[in-house]
Amino acid sequence: MSHDPIDVRYVAKLARLDLTEAEVAVFQSQLEAILGHVESLSAIDLPGDITATDTQLGPLRDDQPHTSLLPEAVLLNAPDQAQSQIRVPKVVADA
Amino acid sequence: MSLTSLRRRYLDGETTPTEALSQLAEEIATRDPKTGAYLSHDLHLALKDASVADLSKPLGGLPIGIKDNINTIGQPCTCGSRFLAKNYTSPYDATVIRKLKEAGAIPFGRMNMDEFAMGSATENSALQITRNPHDHDRIPGGSSGGSAAAVADGTAFAALGSDTGGSIRQPASHCGVVGLKPTYGRVSRFGLVAFASSLDQIGPLTRTVDDAALILQTIAGHDPQDSTSLDVPVPDYSAEIDLGVKGVRIGIPKEYFGEGIHPGVRENVESRIKQLEGLGAVIVPISLPHTEHAVATYYVIAPAEASSNLSRFDGIRYGNRAPNPANIIDLYHQSRELGFGSEVRRRIILGTYVLSSGYYDAYYTRAQKVRALITRDFKQAFETVDAILSPVAPTPARKIGSCAEDPFQDYLADIFTIPANLAGIPAMSIPCGTTSFDGSDNLPVGLQILAPHLGEAMMLRVAKSAEGLA
Repeated sequence: MSHDPIDVRYVAKLARLDLTEAEVAVFQSQLEAILGHVESLSAIDLPGDITATDTQLGPLRDDQPHTSLLPEAVLLNAPDQAQSQIRVPKVVADA
Repeated sequence: MSLTSLRRRYLDGETTPTEALSQLAEEIATRDPKTGAYLSHDLHLALKDASVADLSKPLGGLPIGIKDNINTIGQPCTCGSRFLAKNYTSPYDATVIRKLKEAGAIPFGRMNMDEFAMGSATENSALQITRNPHDHDRIPGGSSGGSAAAVADGTAFAALGSDTGGSIRQPASHCGVVGLKPTYGRVSRFGLVAFASSLDQIGPLTRTVDDAALILQTIAGHDPQDSTSLDVPVPDYSAEIDLGVKGVRIGIPKEYFGEGIHPGVRENVESRIKQLEGLGAVIVPISLPHTEHAVATYYVIAPAEASSNLSRFDGIRYGNRAPNPANIIDLYHQSRELGFGSEVRRRIILGTYVLSSGYYDAYYTRAQKVRALITRDFKQAFETVDAILSPVAPTPARKIGSCAEDPFQDYLADIFTIPANLAGIPAMSIPCGTTSFDGSDNLPVGLQILAPHLGEAMMLRVAKSAEGLA
């Protein structure tokens, strides 16, 4: 499982995180070190009958409507709201 | 005083919930400025509940501290993070909180924690430091450090914590209290702010094993709002708790007693095991051969799941929102950068990387397969033993600020607690004496008891016997 160096900037973009240059450098070396330890997993002999652990889920409930969080409760924590809606910057760019 | 003793005093008329809470508030005012276990507490609200407490209920009038990642309606839920510190009030009760209230308990106090439960020292809290009551220069452990410290400090009778890789058991060990992680799915995660969804469990931190059983009895059970919650009846956890250990087969895994364990920890744990043997337990050497891979496995799976779970913190619906974003994407980036501390960001980036295209199979899928091997180790061991004993942590509590430069060196200290989360089995820590370490005397040591899937009754039975040997 030896890997190319992590592109921390690219991964941070995937994770929607802004990092400073200093942070990129620190995370680069720390994450390389962590991945170095994790490399040991690639050397383990996996028996043929082993499958990836699956979390067991119970049966899904019936598709019936029921009371959930009321809109007023949801809006209590909204950083910005208007007209019973959460207000955000424009999502779609102007034509 | 234990929760059970307090309950007896209520029933005997020696004190009332109002008196007990007022007294607790005084203890908090006296000691917590130094310990820093509490992020907040609402005495006024709690006293209102205390005045109408129904003592006929199993936890009637008993105040219980709540780790600040468990939603309790009308109260903060900071998760130890700037992201939720100023502007989030829980709009609902977690299932465990609803169950505590139905049993008459009073959730009282929001307990400090490592940010989003990521850490083993509570040093990663963005909000304040918590100090170990046994030595204020030392960590209480983490991530449920506030919960453990308060119970040890006498500023809480009991508390709830959460455990993903040891975050109840390790602070319990460092603070000299009891900490219990149930079987995965035994206690509902609905309302617990998720860190790693296949590993997280809520559990009690208490002064005694009986108190842990009492709280577990209330919070355990199927919850249709948590699809990973087990639909299995909850037994009476006190029914077998005093049966003793005569004839109980106790496994001692050689991989948990190797190099790197502080001599005082080893001595205390081995001495307690010997005493249990003296009570009739059958000690069986066992092997859990894939133990050495547990930390690496965990530090692929947990950050991966965390990176997914923490993507909900985007500044849109709740929490910190950046003030002047250029556009919506910038809003996400800035809100998250400003809101998350460095350990959280490190784990999100690690998790995002191991789940990213081209790396998913090599890292995440492989780690899940190794996890299945670790689970199999325990299944096979439990064919020949009823419980397993080990240290909780390789050393007692270290000094605040003394963490290693290479984060993985600190991660390695979780070696004894992580496997139980990976395998989904129950595990608990009980106090096991004290020892000297790194210039300080009388630092608590913890003994870990592990049991098979849904084996809480056996685990509590062994724990109660071991506790009595102190």
